[in-house]
Amino acid sequence: MERIYLDHASSMPVDQRVLEFAKPYLIEKFANPSSLYNMGAENKEVLEAARKKIADLINAENTKSIIFTSCATESNNLAIRGTALRNQKDGKTVLASAIEHISVINPMKELQKNGWNYNIIPVDKYGIIDLSELKKSLPKDTIVTSIMYANNEIGTIEPIKEISKIVHENGKYLHVDATAAAGRIPIDVQKDGIDLLTLSSNDLYGPPGAGALYVKPGVKIQSVMPGGGQERGLRSGTENVFAIAGMGEAAKIAKQEMKKENERLTKIRDKLISEITKIEESYLTGHPTQRLPNHASFRFSHIEGESILLNMDMYNIQIATGSACSSKTLEPSHVLLAIGLKHEEAHGSMVMTLGNSNKIEQVPVIVKAVKETVERLRKLSPLVKK
Amino acid sequence: MEHFTNPRNVGVIENPDGYGKVGNPVCGDLMEIYIKVKDDIITDIKFKTFGCGSAIATSSMVTELAKGKHVDEAIKITRNDVADELEGLPPQKMHCSNLAADALQAAIKDYKEKKKK
Repeated sequence: MERIYLDHASSMPVDQRVLEFAKPYLIEKFANPSSLYNMGAENKEVLEAARKKIADLINAENTKSIIFTSCATESNNLAIRGTALRNQKDGKTVLASAIEHISVINPMKELQKNGWNYNIIPVDKYGIIDLSELKKSLPKDTIVTSIMYANNEIGTIEPIKEISKIVHENGKYLHVDATAAAGRIPIDVQKDGIDLLTLSSNDLYGPPGAGALYVKPGVKIQSVMPGGGQERGLRSGTENVFAIAGMGEAAKIAKQEMKKENERLTKIRDKLISEITKIEESYLTGHPTQRLPNHASFRFSHIEGESILLNMDMYNIQIATGSACSSKTLEPSHVLLAIGLKHEEAHGSMVMTLGNSNKIEQVPVIVKAVKETVERLRKLSPLVKK
Repeated sequence: MEHFTNPRNVGVIENPDGYGKVGNPVCGDLMEIYIKVKDDIITDIKFKTFGCGSAIATSSMVTELAKGKHVDEAIKITRNDVADELEGLPPQKMHCSNLAADALQAAIKDYKEKKKK
């Protein structure tokens, strides 16, 4: 059975071109970029070239505004804790939407334990930030507000430009987690009015082990991991030249190919959505149009997500779920609860995130597997009454 | 995995001698077990389960373990028996096997209640 991988939000294969580009930095050109001899200096140039490619992807003002980290979780931590700690004499409030990634929520909770106010902004049934609530929950002393560009579980794209206007009326900084959105849709940090932006290498088909944080010139931030003072003192630790070089190349390719890939994936996505929602008592989760081109997410009544995942795997199709059984906490996804689903509804969720290996010809195979899976699990379910 | 891909004894029994229902769809698990009993021996058993892979597999396993057993023996089937039979479950999944054994016990208790009347 041909493998059909539909879980690109969780992990992506590295682009072959990226690997070829970055491979020498593991073997021949392995020097520490802080070393003064020529081989080290050359690798410093490699980092600068990668910075330029990433700055171009998001239209950053300059290359200095790109700080390399090890992953998106680290970038989120640096953005939130780094600004909150540095600016605490100006205020002690932090804000996040109800559907942020756990690597935004947990640093905020940590701040809350240490005396900060942590306000949560609700979303509507499609996952769009409630702008009037945002306005109301923004006290004058708000240091950082974190809203993701697009959500990884429901695909909804947030109106970042409008959010930025509201945030800057009272608050200081807007942090945007663009892990799911970057490389899929165009991002312009200057036009969008973003102060801090999180990026992940692997989510651009780059090697795992690199991430980046865009820090707008003038933003006051401090390091959260003291050490040798690399990355303008904001992120200590010897740079992972291989992964960073790869991330830069991946960003360059993403920028070049985004428009075409966008159109290609949108067709597959829309076909999947129209076919799968034909199944009885199946529903799209997230926004019908304001959504990522590679994202199709659903929920099915009367069945449970982990058994959907395992059953789909028998067809060699890999999907994700927000069901409780698949989590460590046995709680269903906070994102699905935030869009107003009941617990029993949130348990029956299925998330498909498309990527470069997916083709429109796979749609009938996927749809057939979903239909058979739902039918089979409903036969087992006591919630279906004949 | 075999008990997930190929669960035994799926279904319902009309006019069962015993019926047990445990769990709650809100928590993501709901199980129903139906038994048919003759001379205190479980002659037929069926289940329906809403839940994760482990929940479905353990339901299937419990019905296999109980079939043909005397009710007094079947009621002693514990959560650990089920997990052992499945060659272990991850700790956060033990909850699922509890449910399957609990559903069986509920069905047998129901049978005993009915018998008294």
